[in-house]
Amino acid sequence: MEELLRHLAEAQQQITGYIYPNEIELHWGLVIVLYPFITGLVAGAFILASLERVFNVKEVQPTYRLSLLTALAFLLVAPLPLLAHLGHPERAFEIFLTPHLQSAMAMFGFVYAWYLTVVLLLEVWFDYRRDIVVWSRTYRGWRRVLYSILSLGVVSTSEESLKFDERAGRFITIVGIPSAFLLHGYVGFIFGSVKANPWWSSVLMPIVFLFSAIVSGIALVLLIYMVSSWLRKHPIDMPCLDKLGQFLFYALILDVSLELLDFVHRLYEAEESIDILAQMVQSRLFTSRVVVQALMGTVVPLVVLAVVRALKPRELVRKVAYFGTGILILVAIFFMRWNVVLGGQLFSKSLRGLTVYKIGLAGAEGAVTAGILTLLPFVILIVLVRLLPPWSGKSGVREVGQQTHSS
Amino acid sequence: MKDELRSVTRRDFLKCLAKLAPAAALASSGLKLGTIFASEEPGGSEGEGHWYGMGIDLERCIGCGRCSEACKEENDVPREPYFFRTWVERYVVTVDREVSVDSPNGGIDGFPPPDIEEQHILRSFYVPKLCNQCARPPCVQVCPVGATFETRDGVVLVDEKYCIGCRYCIQACPYGARYLDPQTRVADKCTFCYHRITRGLRPACVEVCPNSARIFGEIRNANTPLWRFVRTNELQVLKPHLRTEPKVYYNSLDSEVR
Repeated sequence: MEELLRHLAEAQQQITGYIYPNEIELHWGLVIVLYPFITGLVAGAFILASLERVFNVKEVQPTYRLSLLTALAFLLVAPLPLLAHLGHPERAFEIFLTPHLQSAMAMFGFVYAWYLTVVLLLEVWFDYRRDIVVWSRTYRGWRRVLYSILSLGVVSTSEESLKFDERAGRFITIVGIPSAFLLHGYVGFIFGSVKANPWWSSVLMPIVFLFSAIVSGIALVLLIYMVSSWLRKHPIDMPCLDKLGQFLFYALILDVSLELLDFVHRLYEAEESIDILAQMVQSRLFTSRVVVQALMGTVVPLVVLAVVRALKPRELVRKVAYFGTGILILVAIFFMRWNVVLGGQLFSKSLRGLTVYKIGLAGAEGAVTAGILTLLPFVILIVLVRLLPPWSGKSGVREVGQQTHSS
Repeated sequence: MKDELRSVTRRDFLKCLAKLAPAAALASSGLKLGTIFASEEPGGSEGEGHWYGMGIDLERCIGCGRCSEACKEENDVPREPYFFRTWVERYVVTVDREVSVDSPNGGIDGFPPPDIEEQHILRSFYVPKLCNQCARPPCVQVCPVGATFETRDGVVLVDEKYCIGCRYCIQACPYGARYLDPQTRVADKCTFCYHRITRGLRPACVEVCPNSARIFGEIRNANTPLWRFVRTNELQVLKPHLRTEPKVYYNSLDSEVR
């Protein structure tokens, strides 16, 4: 508590204008920025996976299983930032047990449980079932036990049962697409439906969140695919990478258009909050909103991806371009969440003043926790990839490499 | 021919009016436009039990801050100047129509002389703030577990044994009336001193106000001071465009106040 008070005393010195006295403490900090960032990556990675499965975009096949595992790894971590932030984490389960049905946040439990169990786990299971059965027969020791359990006793590898797996997987993906939209659109709704806050309150918020999620998911899988290929010393499948770059470009155009629409709409309506919001963007949010999100994370990637598509430079240049834009985009989407979550709290609801956000290092909501929560999905992904290799190889059964175009 | 046409038109017009009149009457009976009074009562028990509200007579407030002090004392609100169930704001409007607002320590220690020279001040006034006990409370709507709720007598409370501390209610409150108690780690706010009013006492802030600027009472009971305040003043509520239907009513409220 003493640290909090010291923190608040420091913040109080940096207030400009007038803010309500209770507004000096900024309530949703870094870990709440992480929450929409992580769920966005889940939704985006899943939608990328569905491109292959439902929309038959065969080029991105090498990333199909990787996208699914990435979505799963990040989804497992998604509730942790929320938990870290609660005043009483031990009561968190009340959201599941006694949800207040009028509350958007109360839906979290249902949306999360639906997405984790019905969509992701089932899809991964149907997709891997044949491999799991084979591994349970070929491996010895604890792996054999593990795969036997994972097969859930369904050990048939007959033509008919594999066909069923395929059909079920496809069906779940079809159900999964609106579910992914729901998962992240819902996160946008949590902010967009707060009428007290003019920075958040926008009907476009869920849809802006959704498209930025798709952009960030594609960028993440692209990066993971490139890095994992280098680590495994496997050639990168360039048609796949080009296709990912193409989808990244299209999704980014849609995302930017929506954000521009939101921006122009606010500017044109120029409601009573416009002055304080403009002041905030020009001062407190200038670096994160204008420099990082708009210029480095949007304009630069758009130009680079457009040039790559128009000029088709040689392979190495394309790889560098995709890798660079992937990183820029991920950073920009992180700061998009930052600008939404923190921006909504940097100005007073009296519309008369601005406050500051200071990142604490320690504590459940500090930078160290946030760092751990960012790294954790990658650790989980490494474990998942070890247990369920998404590519062909010594341990892999599925001939993923067959369909790749690298030569 | 011309005359005939004109008379038909007039008759049609009158007929049309006759048809519209009941429809308009019906429509207006369903809409409660033009009133600031909260339209929905909790519990659906119209005419039964209490229904509390507060009037703030801005012309009487002298900015002494005793209300803020008494509130902290009565309700064990942390003494640090970042947690308030009620506070007093001072507005200073200059001749150039510039507005400056402050509320040092919620007004508890009084207000220092304003930085603006006296001849540049057009007018100055104090505005006590507190939870508006909205009849359509956004904080209640967003609470994921129902820890924030509305009592049958129209007071919004927080169940401290149930609140998970997610702080969505703090974000949803348009008036900055909520804070997270640093000790209990749950959301907290003005309760109209529920522990007092249910025993027939007045809220602490009302009790200590030396100038009777805060008027507590029941909205539909003609025997309370609030009724008299409502009858004899032109009233406003804060941020009416958000349709939260506050039950804290101000008289002589300047449009600068948000």
